[in-house]
Amino acid sequence: MTGRKVLTGFEITADSHTLAAYRARGGYEALARALETMQPEDVTQEIVDSGIQGRGGAAFPAGRKWQGIDPHDGQPHYLIANADEGEPGTFKDRWVLEHDPHALLESMLLGSYALGVRHAFVYIRGEYDRPWRRLDAAVEEAYAEGLFGENILGSGFSCDLFVFRGAGAYVCGEASSLLGSIEGTRAWPRNRPPRMTVRGLYQAPTVVNNVETIASVAWIIRNGAQAFREIGTEKSPGTRLISISGHIRYPGVYEVELGYSWTKFLHEDCGGLLCNKALKAVIPGGISSQVLTGMDAKVLTPGEVEGMTLDHEVLRAAGSSLGSGGMIVIAAGTCMVRLLQIMLRFYRHESCGQCTPCREGTGWMHRIIDRIVAGDGRPEDIGTLYHIARFNDGTTICGLGDAAGYAAIAMLDNFRDEFDHYIEHGHSKFGGNLECQ
Amino acid sequence: MKHLIPEFERMKRRLPPGHDATLLLPCLRRIQEDRGYIAGDDIDGLVAYLGVPRIQVEEVLSFYGMLRREPIGRWHLQVCHNVSCSMRGAERLLDHLSGRLGIQPGETTPDRRFTLSTVECLGSCGTAPVVMVNEAYHENLDAADLDALLERLD
Repeated sequence: MTGRKVLTGFEITADSHTLAAYRARGGYEALARALETMQPEDVTQEIVDSGIQGRGGAAFPAGRKWQGIDPHDGQPHYLIANADEGEPGTFKDRWVLEHDPHALLESMLLGSYALGVRHAFVYIRGEYDRPWRRLDAAVEEAYAEGLFGENILGSGFSCDLFVFRGAGAYVCGEASSLLGSIEGTRAWPRNRPPRMTVRGLYQAPTVVNNVETIASVAWIIRNGAQAFREIGTEKSPGTRLISISGHIRYPGVYEVELGYSWTKFLHEDCGGLLCNKALKAVIPGGISSQVLTGMDAKVLTPGEVEGMTLDHEVLRAAGSSLGSGGMIVIAAGTCMVRLLQIMLRFYRHESCGQCTPCREGTGWMHRIIDRIVAGDGRPEDIGTLYHIARFNDGTTICGLGDAAGYAAIAMLDNFRDEFDHYIEHGHSKFGGNLECQ
Repeated sequence: MKHLIPEFERMKRRLPPGHDATLLLPCLRRIQEDRGYIAGDDIDGLVAYLGVPRIQVEEVLSFYGMLRREPIGRWHLQVCHNVSCSMRGAERLLDHLSGRLGIQPGETTPDRRFTLSTVECLGSCGTAPVVMVNEAYHENLDAADLDALLERLD
């Protein structure tokens, strides 16, 4: 058991995603109560007090983001749930969309009420078909019962929801890029400032929250900020949905109370590694979070790994992050050069092309690692990879190019001998293995 | 695309007024779903219907990996070859598929039955490897599953 639950505390059945089932477990009661007894500011205050941090990757306090909007300033405001889940290794929001879409919808309504939003959006990645069908059906159910539209539950509050489907662009998960996508232009990230809560969608104040973050709002309003704070740790309250994959016996989505033991999670809850191999490395929060090595780490001594807990502070101190909650487990015997090749191919493919350092840098890094894997690596290649990765950092509008560099640096720092071996001998130290054998 | 306009009008009802360009991507997706790709006359139609410049339509069209200007095979097989899928056999699966169909990723069989592509992370890492066949995900696949699946696709 991975601790107390906020999002997954119900049994999945053939119809547990429907409105009737959601109501039977107390769904939409928080909305009714909030519309009747709370002012918009009270809802925001509750989110501030809960201490919930964003679950999309940056872990920014969600309440503070909401406080960036004055619900009474007379302008239109927008709320967008970011369901453009594309960070490799991440499939947790898909769980919410498929199994509890109404938790997201009720939370969107609460957020829209708090922020003075008349038109809200869910931006869902283009490839997600079943999650979209589930979400779309839930939206229609909610409209049919007057939970969206004019004068919701007789409160005078009105709100429409548009489910916007992407079309295959990782960069749209970056919140400002997503705005361009909705506006019908190329989805190029935008410089900040101005923050999106000042100038966002259609130039109006906008909040973009990750699905998991916003979907927790209904629980927080129903149970209170205090109850939320009692879960997790003081600095990282609540739970995280961890989607775990790679060389692990029981991959899947687990709701983990923040502060939970990492060793216990890997070896008990997830059944340990495939093929009874030793742990070589873990990418803790999607490939844009820095890889951490297993037992032979520079950053983590074996004792520290044993005692390590899953929360934002601990991961940050270890030089990585919980990121998007996409955990990839890598067993001993895996070729890290080939893994980095796949990662760099991904960043090159997904660079939107707007900023030169990212557009060119991701291409250069990918071509260099391709050359190494082909057996034609040169001694200076490692230095060049470091140089490009470091040069990228902070020179682009969004974090995509930075992330590509961080991924490369973390892999080179931790597994330098494998790269040196590949270049010197023209072949992999581990036979190019990616699978657990 | 003209026959789809009533559907587009219905979509508009849940959008804030005055932002019709927001419909550009939803319209392109719907057109492609309807005819399999986006043709020149569809672009003309959208320019007229949404009142956006032609260059804007072209820019959006060329930005997204899922949108296409040419028809492809009846069954589009997209093999994820990102990190988690590759760690669970995606590269072997892709080789197998490529060998069986006699085509490389990016190609279509001469009978126009299959188009083979590689694709980056589909969010199916816990059920890897995954192959997307048209809209549907087929997860936890091995070569035998894939062979059985191909038999069912006419």
